[in-house]
Amino acid sequence: MQVVVCVKQIPDPASPSVLDPATNRLVRPPEQVLDDTDRYGIEVGLQLGEKTGGSVTLVSMGPTGTMQGVRQALAMGADKAVIVDDPALGGSDALTTAKILAAAASREGFDVLVAGVESTDGYSGVVPQMMAELLGVPALTFARKVELDGVGLRIERQTAGGFDVVHADPPAVLAVTAGAVEPRYPTFRGIMAAKNKPVDRLSAADLGVGGDPGQEVVSVAPAPERQAGEVVEDGGTGHLRIVEFLEGAKVI
Amino acid sequence: MSTWVFAEEVDGGPGEAALELFTKAAGLGDVTAVYLGSEASGALGTLGAYGARTVYHLTGGGDLPAASAAAALAGLVEREQPELVLFAQTYTSRDVAGRLAARIDRPLISNAVDVAIGGGNAVTSEIFGGTQVVKTEFTGPGPHLVLVRPKSFAAEESGGTVDRVEVLALEDAGHAGSPRVVETIVERAEGPQLSDAKVIVSGGRGLGSAEAYALIDQVAEPLEAATGATRAIVDAGWVPYAKQVGQTGKTVKPEVYLACGISGAMQHLVGMKDSKRIVAVNKDPEAPIFSVADLGIVGDLHKVLPKLTETLRARG
Repeated sequence: MQVVVCVKQIPDPASPSVLDPATNRLVRPPEQVLDDTDRYGIEVGLQLGEKTGGSVTLVSMGPTGTMQGVRQALAMGADKAVIVDDPALGGSDALTTAKILAAAASREGFDVLVAGVESTDGYSGVVPQMMAELLGVPALTFARKVELDGVGLRIERQTAGGFDVVHADPPAVLAVTAGAVEPRYPTFRGIMAAKNKPVDRLSAADLGVGGDPGQEVVSVAPAPERQAGEVVEDGGTGHLRIVEFLEGAKVI
Repeated sequence: MSTWVFAEEVDGGPGEAALELFTKAAGLGDVTAVYLGSEASGALGTLGAYGARTVYHLTGGGDLPAASAAAALAGLVEREQPELVLFAQTYTSRDVAGRLAARIDRPLISNAVDVAIGGGNAVTSEIFGGTQVVKTEFTGPGPHLVLVRPKSFAAEESGGTVDRVEVLALEDAGHAGSPRVVETIVERAEGPQLSDAKVIVSGGRGLGSAEAYALIDQVAEPLEAATGATRAIVDAGWVPYAKQVGQTGKTVKPEVYLACGISGAMQHLVGMKDSKRIVAVNKDPEAPIFSVADLGIVGDLHKVLPKLTETLRARG
């Protein structure tokens, strides 16, 4: 089974996020890290690859920078990576992103195209569905569990009331939630090997994708801050303070 | 101005999240509903009461109709040229909206909390965990597609009836190996629901173990409260996903939100910061949750919660 996994390099979430005031775009430092939610997709991809004796290729869009995030993903065990890095893609919307990733996956060839449900920094949460439509394949979205089922896939798809067990045959797009699987830690050997794995770099033109996102940020402003209230030490009577508060709110 | 609202069937009628969008759109001209469901006869009354005058009823399409629904919707928008199509950000609607955008090659904006209907249909959304408010305008021709977070507007009936119904039988999307649902599992909790309970009691990693979630259930019971959870403890398998509050879970706005052992990660704050009042119990005085709490108790929830339960029970 040929597996392609979408991964994203994002600014380290431990540091405060910053917008460029001139463009209203997220400032992406050269040193970006692997989006943590991608580790689940990578793990699912690696397991599918291992069980079927197949290959796992990563595709990513965005500034290459130091490539730290992509190396982190390769260190988990993927075979190679393709990065689409093009200044023309700065400020891309979800649809442009989906066009790029779908074209890159298509160029590599895939049986299963895996992605996280949504990224941590942009979280539009619609790129997997868009890729499925562009590629003309079924989408298995919101997967909280993934298993091989003969030549097909069997997933648990989250629903508002619980989950559906869904079966589909490849080729398909698979969007996994955090929690679908326990991602492995890269081994020392994996980290060393990642340094020498092939990484292809492509431009938007290489994939024949261009276009106008059709939207423009017109303003960014701080949200009205919620006033912090009173913070007290428990001291054994905290529960009484809560009861008093609930009475004041007229819910008891 | 023609606004369309996509509504999927939930428990036999249009879902609450879609009704919120009808309410928003109804004040600004005629609203057209695109209803995806098996049976519309009961739903038409509700759709009319919330402002829909024309209903396109999409029916059939198999177990997972998103691909077929998007194809039918693409045909409809091509024919009728609406300026704006609103979707509630729920599972199936997300699948339909994403596929539709790709199919008709028009932009889709997600995570909207408000839409200024008209002109560029400026969409308000929140980034960085709700600390910054962003306004985005569409620059090209419509239809403009927007996914709106549930609970962004209150659903209110405006009265009226549906004038016109067109039924469209969905065709199979034609994918080889189309997905099919093998089994449906309902995990929905009995009793008060996160969507409408006045009080919500939620637990996070500070509980320490799956077993300690019983402390949350015990406090909730005398309060007739719904129970919620952070992504961390849902991913850890302590409680079902249906309880998850936050960016990837439910957005809630109760009268009182009682956060227990929850540090206040952005992921979680996005889903509950608009609660009318917030109470937090956490042993770490530096926890970010205290910066949004009206009342913060710095203490061990394993001590505070049992005493709180006892006091609430004693009140009867």
